[in-house]
This record gives sequence, structure tokens and C-alpha cells, in this order.
Amino acid sequence: MPGRFRPITLVAGVFFLVAAIAPLFVLSWATLFALILAKSIVVLGIILLLQAGQVSFGHAMFFATGAYAAAFWGRHVGGGDILLYLVLGGVSSTAFGFVVGLFVVRYREIFFGMLNLAFSMVLWSLLEKMFHYTNGADGIRVARPGLLGFSFTPETFQYVILYVSLVIAVAAFYGVQRYLDSPLGHMLRAIKSNETRLEYLGTSARRVLLIGYVISAFLGGIGGTLVAIIQQIATPEFGYWTKSGEFVFIAILGGGAHAFGAFAGAAMFEVVRFYAAAQLADAWQLILGGVLIVIILYAPNGLIGLRQRAKRQEGGH
Amino acid sequence: MSSILLSAKGLKISFGGVIAADGVDLDVYEGENLAIIGPNGAGKTTFLNISTGYLRPRAGSVTFLGEDITAQLPRTITKLGIARAFQIPQLFLDQTVMENMLIAAASLRGHPSGFRALSSLPEAPEMERLLDLVGVRENAMRKARELPEGQRKLVDIAVALALKPKLLLMDEPTSGVASSEKLGIMDILTRALAREKVTSVFVEHDMDMVERYANRVAVWNMGKIQKVGTPAEVLADPKVREQVIGI
Repeated sequence: MPGRFRPITLVAGVFFLVAAIAPLFVLSWATLFALILAKSIVVLGIILLLQAGQVSFGHAMFFATGAYAAAFWGRHVGGGDILLYLVLGGVSSTAFGFVVGLFVVRYREIFFGMLNLAFSMVLWSLLEKMFHYTNGADGIRVARPGLLGFSFTPETFQYVILYVSLVIAVAAFYGVQRYLDSPLGHMLRAIKSNETRLEYLGTSARRVLLIGYVISAFLGGIGGTLVAIIQQIATPEFGYWTKSGEFVFIAILGGGAHAFGAFAGAAMFEVVRFYAAAQLADAWQLILGGVLIVIILYAPNGLIGLRQRAKRQEGGH
Repeated sequence: MSSILLSAKGLKISFGGVIAADGVDLDVYEGENLAIIGPNGAGKTTFLNISTGYLRPRAGSVTFLGEDITAQLPRTITKLGIARAFQIPQLFLDQTVMENMLIAAASLRGHPSGFRALSSLPEAPEMERLLDLVGVRENAMRKARELPEGQRKLVDIAVALALKPKLLLMDEPTSGVASSEKLGIMDILTRALAREKVTSVFVEHDMDMVERYANRVAVWNMGKIQKVGTPAEVLADPKVREQVIGI
């Protein structure tokens, strides 16, 4: 559809530009934006599954897989590199996503969500209990890796990881938006509206969902690797159900109709958390909860749906 | 007579105590429009469900072009060349009419892409032609949800034709449509089928439609095929008139 997404693509462009430039003026924003971008990559995967009407309450398992892939390498082999970590995180989460996907794509809606949750809780328990390998709840420190043989000071590294995250986020944004527009993306949406018809067209709905699921697991793993590098640690919390809930929260907050929803939601979430946590300590969840209630009641298509809503109302007068 | 496309032999199926098919034999010949009539709940739709793999009969078999399709999945049967249109149109309501068509085209093509835009499929002009053929081309960019029922029926049929089927099975193609529109829809439909050289089987309650549009009629009653013949022969049969048509 030429022109259909132009305004929102423009907004996305501006957002990426701000993410690239603003942290040059405020050092603390480098980490803030890097986290926003890394989480957005995970949420892109949630948005893919939302197309099919499926909500995974266990995607933190892939996030944790990506994080621990980097952590294990650093701990057992050492001498890590950002690109190597990303490859490890991407490959392991994709493989894990394929295996879990074979089971979960047989189910829909609440059963799909709960089965994902169950798998993620198994992984979380293993990470907690296998102390000898994982350090249990303490997690594993991820030493600051280099990039293509270069090593960096802590200050420079904040920018290095920011720009790595930015490049990956832009690529993921572009890739997911292309996917949503492609036959496979449309078939995902067809699962939501009429799965039986899709089968009668000669297409296996499970296969379509599995492909989407594996891609979303891959995105979850990449996001997890990035966050582990940014925060320099991987803990079982990465795979806990509240983390899965956080990703779904961000997806609903941002809106699932366009890939930019992931970024709008993650930016809102992290900014509120970043500033509200400083001012209100533990009350930041209260603010985010309030925001989500307002979104669900007044803008069910998320932040990116607000513009359309405003346009409709203008037209109504 | 032309060759047999689909052949059902000794079909038996029941639901609880209701016997829908009790040894049904029925052949569909290439190029015909076969109407299946019968009282409500006689098992007519069951025949479509068995022929498309949605239900499995307790006994008997269905062959299509000589291949046994009795226990095959709906999507496998679709790939062999049997398409289906539904009593209540089954469309992807949140997508445009054209997207509905292109999803069908992408299904037929196989190995759908995750990167190329759906709208850039080389089948797009062909899909426009099919929409034109059933007279809904001007609505190609509207969401399926926005169309009135009669138009949705036509889109449902266009989607089935997009699969390039040899045989199209239709469940009451004009039910739920205002009677003033029925003839128009059936005219468009039969013209499109002839043009695309698609054989059709349609379940129908309206005897006017049967008389006008079927080449052959099968009467399905009490789980059996009571009579098969031309519309004139069948509709003149006193038993059929009494038990099925209710005159």
C-alpha cells in the first residue's frame, strides 16, 4: 500500500534520529535509549504474535536465553565480543523457539498464553535452582565485551552499545514492517480472523504461526543479549513471568498495528520508569498502571492509534 | 457423458442418533453444475464436509480424479483442486477484498514470502480479473467487513476461484441474500464458473434456482440418494415433490 504508513514511518525516523543524537548531550540517556531500543526489539516479536491474536505470557524465556547465552560464554570461554554474543543469543533463542513453538502453535488464546507461561516458568526454575551452573538468583555477571577486536572504556562503551542497539533496532523495525505487509504477515492476521478459511485455502495455519513464533523468539533472544550486555548481568529475573508481562504491557501500550508501536510503548515505559523511579521510588508501577488503564479505555489501539483516533474525531465534527 | 471428477462410494456417517449418510453413492461429472436438494438436516452439507476433508465417514470413500481423498486434510484436498464456498461467507474480515484474494493466491503459489509485499504478487492482475468477473472489483480496496452479505458471497466465490480449482463445492450460494438479488448472484456465479471451466456442486433449498441453474439434481433424503436426474425429471417426481419440496 504505497503511502499508507508514511506519517508513522516519518515519526519512526525522527525517533531513531533522536535516539542517535540526544544521548550525545546527556550521558545518562545513552543507557536509557539503549534499553528502550533493546526492549523494543523483544516487543516487535510480541507484536508479530498479536497479529494472529495470540498473546504469549512467556516470551521472557527467549529474552533470558539470549541473555544467558552471552553470560555463559563470558563465564566459561571469556573474551567476548558483542557480535559473537548476538550470534549466540540469536541462534540459541531461535532453536529454543522452534522446539517450544512445535508445542505451543497447536493451541490458541488462553491456552497458548498459559502454555508459553508454563515453559517460561520451567526455564526460570532451572536458572534459579541449578546454582552450580547459573549462580541462582545472583545471576551471572556479563563482563564488558569488545567489538570487532576493539575494547572500550565504560563511558565509550555506553555509546557503542547504544549504536549497536540502534542499528539492530532499525533493521528489526524494517524487517518486521516488511513481514507485516508480506503474504506471511497477512496470513498471521488471517489466523486471527478466520483460521478455518486459511486451511481451506490450502495453507497450514500452524506452520504460519510457527514461522512467526520462531521469528519472535529470535527477536526476544537478540533483545535479551543486548540488555544483558547493557546491564552487564543476566539473572533469572530475565525469564520471570513479570518480565513476560512487561513485554505484553509495552506492546498493548504502544499498539500492535504497526512495528513502531513497539518503540512508542517501550519509550513511554522506560521513560516513565526512569524518571518516576527516581522521584517516586516504588510508585512508578502505579503511574504505568494508570497509563495502561487510560490506554485500554480510551485508545485500545495503543499510542500509535491515538493519531488515527484524533483524525476520526476531527472528521466527526 | 464426460468423465467422472469426484466419486463417492458407500458413504456412511451418523451424528448421535441421526443418520446423515447411509450408503451414499454419488458421482460428479466434469463440467456440470450438480445441485443437491433435500429436507433440512438430511446430510447435504455433510457431503460437502466429507468431500473437503472436514469430516471423516464411518465407512465408504471419496475419490477425486482417481485419488482417494477420504482421510486427507482440508488443505491437502484444496491443493488437489477442490475449493469450497460457504453458506456464511468465510472471509478475512479485517483485510481488504483484494488482500483476501491475494492471500488465496499466495496459498496456491506455496512457500509464501515474509519479505515481499503481498500487494506486489504477480497474481494481482489476475485477482482483479476474477473480482471483475464476479462484479465486485470496485470494492477491491474495501475491508471485507464493510460489504453487504450479497457482495461477501461473491467475494467468497472469487476467493475460491483464486485457487484455480477443478471443482467448487458451494453451500447454499444464495442463502441470506434478499430474494431480489438471488437471480443476479446466480447469473454471475454460473457465468464465472463456465468462464473458468470449473465444475460445481451446490446445496440448494430454492427450487427456482435449481431449475434455472443446475444441469443435474441429486435428492438427498433419509441418508440416501433418493433420485438423480435432470431438474425437469427430478422436480416432476411425485415422491420428491411430496417429501422434499413439500407440495
